[in-house]
Amino acid sequence: MPVESLFPRLEPLLPSVQKPIQYVGGELNSQVKEWDGADVRWALMYPDAYEVGLPNQGVQILYEILNERDGVLAERTYSVWPDMEAVMREHGIPQFTVDAHRPVAAFDVFGVSFSTELGYTNLLTALDLAGIPLEAADRTDEHPIVVAGGHAAFNPEPIADFVDAAVLGDGEEIALAITEVVREWKGEGSPGGRDELLMRLAASGGVYVPRFYDVTYLPDGRIQRVAPNRPGVPWRIEKHTVMDLDQWPYPKKPLVPLAETVHERFSVEIFRGCTRGCRFCQAGMITRPVRERSITTIGDMVEQGLKESGFQEVGLLSLSSADHSEIGDVAKGLADRYEGTNTSLSLPSTRVDAFNITLANEFSRGGRRSGLTFAPEGGSERMRKVINKMVTEDDLIRTVTTAYENGWRQVKLYFMCGLPTEEDEDVLAIAGMAKRVIQAGREATGRKDIRCTVSIGGFVPKPHTPFQWAAQCDHETVDRRLKALKDELRGDKEYGRAIGLRYHDGQPSIIEGLLSRGDRRVGKVIRAVWEDGGRFDGWSEHFSYERWTACAEKALAGEPVDLDWYTVRERDEVEVLPWDHLDAGLDREWLWQDWQDAVDETEVEDCRWTPCYDCGVCPTMGTEIQIGPTGRKLLPLSVV
Amino acid sequence: MPEGPAPAPVIQRLRVRYAKRGRLRFTSHRDISRAVERAVRRAGIPVAFSGGFTPHPKISYAGAAATGVASEAEYLEIGLTETRDPARVQADLDAALPPGLDIVDVVPAGPGRTGDAQARPAALADRLEASQWRIRLDGVAHDAAAAAVAAFMAAESIEVERLTKKGRRRFDVRAAVSTCELDRRAAEAADAPCAILRMVVRHSTPAVRPDDILTGLRQVADLAPPSPPLVTRLAQGPLDAATGGLADPLDPDRETGLPIGDDAGPAGGARPRPGDPASADAVSA
Repeated sequence: MPVESLFPRLEPLLPSVQKPIQYVGGELNSQVKEWDGADVRWALMYPDAYEVGLPNQGVQILYEILNERDGVLAERTYSVWPDMEAVMREHGIPQFTVDAHRPVAAFDVFGVSFSTELGYTNLLTALDLAGIPLEAADRTDEHPIVVAGGHAAFNPEPIADFVDAAVLGDGEEIALAITEVVREWKGEGSPGGRDELLMRLAASGGVYVPRFYDVTYLPDGRIQRVAPNRPGVPWRIEKHTVMDLDQWPYPKKPLVPLAETVHERFSVEIFRGCTRGCRFCQAGMITRPVRERSITTIGDMVEQGLKESGFQEVGLLSLSSADHSEIGDVAKGLADRYEGTNTSLSLPSTRVDAFNITLANEFSRGGRRSGLTFAPEGGSERMRKVINKMVTEDDLIRTVTTAYENGWRQVKLYFMCGLPTEEDEDVLAIAGMAKRVIQAGREATGRKDIRCTVSIGGFVPKPHTPFQWAAQCDHETVDRRLKALKDELRGDKEYGRAIGLRYHDGQPSIIEGLLSRGDRRVGKVIRAVWEDGGRFDGWSEHFSYERWTACAEKALAGEPVDLDWYTVRERDEVEVLPWDHLDAGLDREWLWQDWQDAVDETEVEDCRWTPCYDCGVCPTMGTEIQIGPTGRKLLPLSVV
Repeated sequence: MPEGPAPAPVIQRLRVRYAKRGRLRFTSHRDISRAVERAVRRAGIPVAFSGGFTPHPKISYAGAAATGVASEAEYLEIGLTETRDPARVQADLDAALPPGLDIVDVVPAGPGRTGDAQARPAALADRLEASQWRIRLDGVAHDAAAAAVAAFMAAESIEVERLTKKGRRRFDVRAAVSTCELDRRAAEAADAPCAILRMVVRHSTPAVRPDDILTGLRQVADLAPPSPPLVTRLAQGPLDAATGGLADPLDPDRETGLPIGDDAGPAGGARPRPGDPASADAVSA
């Protein structure tokens, strides 16, 4: 049966909401397929505002891959702003896709990509607006299968009650595999209903279906066991790893929005995974091993993406882009190709060495050399050893000196506060470092207009990292240390005015910590917050710490656990963690040893350049490091 | 400090009439300028750039219909570093834009008032003296609308209040309206009961916008449409004092434009006339 577009009902309401263009779709390279011509229909969601969600690479890639298949249809939906939510509730308009304005509830699969846990309340808004019961247990055969993906899905336990399934790791192949399971099941006449479909997905071993696992608890609140509650369901669920990224050169046709979004550029992922081994970095742990895209595929993707989009900027994305084995040739080749075309190239630069400056120079040929960004992450040498960020202060000073000598005028430095074992003096060391940076800049250039911006984020311990056992630093301590740092910088007559400080208060990190390392009991807190009006928790103007603490207290009242128990409590080696049955490939013993090494301030090298240290991922997942060099070069483009 | 080469000079200026239709009426002016810049790049049109550290493409806009307002007659001017066939630019640019942002007409800018071809052509914005608007009011009966229009046109002045960038302001909306009538035939042909107004409104300061006129209609005759009006700008151009109609603002360029080869310029026959609703109903999605 055809599903009607909601647009005629929506259109008269659009003049009354903010930025209506975000709800109308029609982006360049978006597509609308015939409803009746599709066997399997996906609604893909990024649970944040359109301006944040549209550029998301994961959603764009899946959207394109699914729509390329015959008989498969994918459309997108994003979180609506509170003003739109009120209008939709008043007029009874359900959550819709922006492509064909079809109701989300009419799709077979509702896939939601979580880059951050702070999108959980937005999931509930979307489900509720869609008319899909919030609790998976209340859904019937009429409702879509709700699947969570993205980095946060490596611990989906806090939203286990709200999703039917979760998928770990790279989405390209598993999205197609799920599609085939759904297609086959529908083709057979949907035997056994929703339960059988979920069972077929679970039995494949690549899809986690929380309802098929029971969690039991010890009297003190710790988890006793997580175990399958029916036969045929695997004990562990493995993450998915796409090998040979050259076979998956997506997005080929990037979505070009009419509305303004946070990233106005064509992004190419130049490699996936990172083995630098920074202990705070969940992405670096769960995306192993490193798999590079070849220089020639990168060149082809940039060429096609620019042609298809008209974007003026290209971003070369990865977790540490300067680490691509042929980044020098990539940078030079692209800079040569696009010189004089007003196309700008950017590289999220976080590596602290002189090579980075060479790259940045290449990318800024003929343009302004405004700012360079480095991420020492820890202020003191000791702190950097704990987090395995192997950069010395002298390295940094040498690097910024080169930068200033090459015409760069501003340096941005990223740090974290609240790291395990951190003391006040570790944070105060950031001030000393920043001052040395300014001093080095002034000496290198003989100028006074040297600037440095210090940007500080609160550290949140994440699952599947060596710090998963760590006590999160309480927000009072974080705030106190940041204030001391601010006073130290403000009070400095010689350098203070040249150093900018950006940070947020520590409270949101605590809630992120609750959601990151929470178990199924945290679902009650999320629901309570949402019912109390919690929305868009990633936005400081919407986030309410008071609401979260009040709801946590109420929702967990009958439990032996509370907010502190989930956040500022250190775990011991034997405690069953909520995500222990979800396999990122990392050997638990190795992670524990790395945690011990962190406390002992012992560093570990990158396995790309040193022998394997048995983190466990490659043998467990049947994967291997895929890096160049290929020895190939980017040739000039033929005249356009 | 590195410095790039001097930007290539402008060799040809093209004046472009474009439409925003259907759901793309919800684009803002900034959305449109981003879309046009990207379309120009996609279409491979040799747009000139300004100099400096952050070069900008030389594309200038003459006014812009508000977000939510559809238009058949928006104008921009684009500077090229090479001479291009305007008909080709029209086709390429239109193909590169999302459906709903449509190129209606492209004409090389005529020489300046001095007759010197090298001088900067007369500003297009100066020719856009007035707009013709169509306002569709769903759920409003013809007679009620007719009475309101009659009361409006009979009034000497109608002061309305609106929040502008400079704060709350009171101004007269009546004087700017040179004609205002009901399009009964169009309303009868519509898919739902409605009244359709057509009016010509002079551009003034502060600008009298269609919603100001609706405010005026409410004040003089209690006309209160039950749903938001669908507003479409049908034309912009020099106001003909005798007829109260609008001329095509690109006609002076067509008359004096330098020939560019045999197939220069869009042929007169296919060219839309001002006031023509180029699409059957520009506001349907």
